Amino acid sequence: MRKLIPEIKKGKVLVSDGAWGTFLQKKGLNPGECPEEWNISRPNDVFEIAQSYVDAGADTIETNSFGGSYFKLKNYGFENRVFEINKAAAEISRKAAGPDRFVLGSVGPTGKLLLMEEVTEVELYNAFKEQSMALEAGGADAIVIETMTDLDEARIAVKAAKENTGCEVICTMTFDKIIGGEYRTMMGISPTEMTEALVDAGAEVIGANCGNGIADMIGIVKEIRQANATIPILIHANAGMPHYHDGETTFPESPDDMAARVKEIVEAGANIIGGCCGTTPDHICEVHHVVRSL
Amino acid sequence: MNDLLIKLAECVEFGKINLASPYPPQMKGQEGADEITRRALEEGVNPQDILSKGLMPGMERIGVKFRENKVFVPQVLMSAKAMSTAMIHLKPHFLSGAAKQKGTFIIGTVLGDLHDIGKNLVGMMVEGNGYKVIDLGTDVSSDKFIAALKENPGAVVGLSALLTTTMASMEKITKEIKEALPETLVTIGGAPVNYEFCLKIGADNYSADPQRLVEFLNVKIA
Repeated sequence: MRKLIPEIKKGKVLVSDGAWGTFLQKKGLNPGECPEEWNISRPNDVFEIAQSYVDAGADTIETNSFGGSYFKLKNYGFENRVFEINKAAAEISRKAAGPDRFVLGSVGPTGKLLLMEEVTEVELYNAFKEQSMALEAGGADAIVIETMTDLDEARIAVKAAKENTGCEVICTMTFDKIIGGEYRTMMGISPTEMTEALVDAGAEVIGANCGNGIADMIGIVKEIRQANATIPILIHANAGMPHYHDGETTFPESPDDMAARVKEIVEAGANIIGGCCGTTPDHICEVHHVVRSL
Repeated sequence: MNDLLIKLAECVEFGKINLASPYPPQMKGQEGADEITRRALEEGVNPQDILSKGLMPGMERIGVKFRENKVFVPQVLMSAKAMSTAMIHLKPHFLSGAAKQKGTFIIGTVLGDLHDIGKNLVGMMVEGNGYKVIDLGTDVSSDKFIAALKENPGAVVGLSALLTTTMASMEKITKEIKEALPETLVTIGGAPVNYEFCLKIGADNYSADPQRLVEFLNVKIA
């Protein structure tokens, strides 16, 4: 199992991959279809996505397991296949990544709210434990808990991954820019609050994903860096916010637009940079070029 | 105005459910929406007044604070919980006709989308502002929306989507509802949608936050 932290400590900036969801859709995933089930039924399509990011120059490759928790798979009647589906997700990305790149096992939110008593802390912990262990079994180097908005759920996920796997644990939350220009998650959490809580819970890398293009991510990185001078920061930025045209969703930021802000975000303190919704291998390729030239 | 109604509005605004609830900390040990509504009914306060002078002002105040980013989803959910607790006591009075809701709002997350946090939040806000809410759940087809509209003539329908991938589904459902029942007002919401998209797909309204939707409904129905 490879470790990210020693690389980052050497001063290396790592390039992460781009979008998976929008990519799967391009390959024919229908709305309402379970994306993670493709790890079993269409592994070659999933592999091609991972491979395209390897080819683009990404150092870290995620897995097709964002919605692979018990609670998400239950929506499709696959709740008894958590281990199989997540293990396959990690195996596919491992195969593309080879021994020299990192595989980051993706874990998304469950969609269940603790506050509304839709789920207990123990149930959340067990779900994240089960998913993380399966990703490790399939060859993940690190677990990336992402798109979190609730700090309690994020903290439970970090603990579950830390306590039950040998993987490094990354956790990123999704922030919106609110009136007044500050950043908050949907549940009202600021980057500063996130930093304190997640470092305390044992996350080795923290950051932000989705919700913003790279320009707004710079402010988030600055705030995290101010709250903690050393914690490694991962950013997965959208290619801007989606536009809808004739049944198709497009994202406005080109690979060049994204690459143009990479230097600034690295200077602000980001250590791993990749994309979220709407970013493609071309975006990652451009980011890779900038990072190598720094 | 009745002191109980002023207190009830505060309970809803700050999310105080009942005496036992520890939230919000500054109201610990005080009665909540549950006890106050019960007492108001016992003391003979008109159920209609409990709704329109107690619950609705509280919901409106939290809705405005949410729109202004002064509070976030957890506070609104606690307010909605306090409101629903009070509503349980009012339900028999709606059924008997002693209190009337302003109209009916049908809500669902569109076909292909399984997300329900935003949809639930909006449903509760609308209910707390005096409407009967029929929640069709997630992954709802146009057939289901149309059937519910036929059962509830004059209802306004709200479509929710979180995923950019289900925006096309929202467009299709809007068109099919408009074809089957041209008079129906369709309102949309969700992270990826905006006013431009609303115009493009022929929906009647887009609301960026629940309070704006309530204001739209108040103009169109109430």
